[in-house]
Amino acid sequence: MTERMVGEVQMTRAGITIQSEPPPGGIPLRIAGIHKTFVSRGRTVEALHPVDLDVHAGEFICLLGPSGCGKSTLLSIIAGLDSASGGTVWANGHEVRGPGTDRVLLFQEAALFPWLDVQHNVEFGLRQAGIGAKERAEIAQRFINLVHLTGFERSYTHQLSGGMRQRVALARALALDPAVLLMDEPFGALDALTRDRLQIELETIWAATRKTILFVTHNVREAIALGDRVLVFAPRPGRIIREFRINLPRPRRLEDHALVDQAATILKVLHESDDTAGGVHAQ
Amino acid sequence: MPNETRTPPRWLGISRESLMPWLRRLAFYLVLLALWEGVARAGIWPEYLFPGPFTVLETLIRGLRKGTFVTATLVSLRRLAIGYGISLVLGLILGLLIGRIKALNETLGSLVLGLQALPSVCWLPLAILWFGLSERAIIFVVVLGALFSIILGVEAGVKNTPPLYLKAAHTLGAHGIAIYTQVVLPAALPAILSGLKQGWSFAWRSLMAGELLYFTLSLGNLLQTGRDLNDAAQVMAVMVMIIIVGVSLDQSIFAPLERRVRERWGLG
Repeated sequence: MTERMVGEVQMTRAGITIQSEPPPGGIPLRIAGIHKTFVSRGRTVEALHPVDLDVHAGEFICLLGPSGCGKSTLLSIIAGLDSASGGTVWANGHEVRGPGTDRVLLFQEAALFPWLDVQHNVEFGLRQAGIGAKERAEIAQRFINLVHLTGFERSYTHQLSGGMRQRVALARALALDPAVLLMDEPFGALDALTRDRLQIELETIWAATRKTILFVTHNVREAIALGDRVLVFAPRPGRIIREFRINLPRPRRLEDHALVDQAATILKVLHESDDTAGGVHAQ
Repeated sequence: MPNETRTPPRWLGISRESLMPWLRRLAFYLVLLALWEGVARAGIWPEYLFPGPFTVLETLIRGLRKGTFVTATLVSLRRLAIGYGISLVLGLILGLLIGRIKALNETLGSLVLGLQALPSVCWLPLAILWFGLSERAIIFVVVLGALFSIILGVEAGVKNTPPLYLKAAHTLGAHGIAIYTQVVLPAALPAILSGLKQGWSFAWRSLMAGELLYFTLSLGNLLQTGRDLNDAAQVMAVMVMIIIVGVSLDQSIFAPLERRVRERWGLG
């Protein structure tokens, strides 16, 4: 499974190599009528108004909106970690009934296991898949190299910076060669410089592997820099209010005028939709 | 950046900062010993009731030379190892079950909490009724001394497993028993360790109490014979011995374990 990876290729940006033969890429997702309600202090709260969404194989989708608009809930449901109150998710034509390593979720807090070093964190999923120790180590090494953490194999979480932790989390997910990466504000807690670099690296990895990516963010420019499509969410109840197709050429630059203009347009939509959407900012 | 630790200038492998507390400690104990010797020499109490530190040291050395102190220590340590070993296994299993299964938590969990409030020495009369004044009675009390602390430590650790770790494990394909062995238990290790440490100190106390009543050679028994012989020097020498054994077990097993775990888990 992991053989069909981003291995030995010539790099464009960020030091990552691109495979010459066409990569296998991601799978399509179909989200049909997914909604979520829960009861809180005797009141029924609608966390997610029914969502319909078709994601093509290898598409990069950004879910944009303030906190509490249901985008993380949607991601969690697609990952199979949370159950919907109704509706269905199909991954490559199969109904999602629980977690599966074709869809791996990444978290804002990186969620590395502090009792394992970098190497063994990256190996964790491979170990669950029953892959032998020697092969595990080889695969892990390849992805540690890919995220530029060579030399940190024996380091523990508390010795790493926030950006490095996210790199480990990314390597840990990629090692399983999932067709879909579900990323829940993975760069949300990072400083601007680290965030820019990781965005570029993620885009490069995506370009090389053509995985399907759903990326949650509340940063408008990050959404435009990365997404083929940006879905704008609004809260109470959480729902998609607008969809933007981003046709800017890649690699995109954050200071590009076209990008900044598009950001202004989307920001306006966000503010018009809901005055309480104060959690969204342009930076 | 990780892996960057600047070491301060060292002298014979010991830095000045780490030496100062030891010097202060040394001075403190020297003063204490001098006071003790002074009071003993003042002759307020007869020597067999209040011997000075030199007499006690002499008794200690004599005991070690004759081998009785060594044998007694080994006997006590053996009981401790058996009793503590049993409560370790039982405690880990029960703690895990109570921590993860709600129905057990509500029933057995409350019982454990209640029994924890009972000093384990209180089990001794019952143990003697059941097992006679025997090896088994003492080990029974040691087991009960450690068991509840270990259960509660494991339970606390298991219950407080950060949900994020569980989510990450699930999304990476972990399921079934692997969730427990590879995520829940390691995540709970800091809490488990503090339970183990408390359990050991309770077991040690219970053991000494049990041995006071028992007639074969052991540390607790040496205390009792010292009393029977009106020999306070022996009682004090054995007390010193018990402190030495206790502190060295703590320092050689639990302190390094705890340090490693705290460091690894990033707890400071």
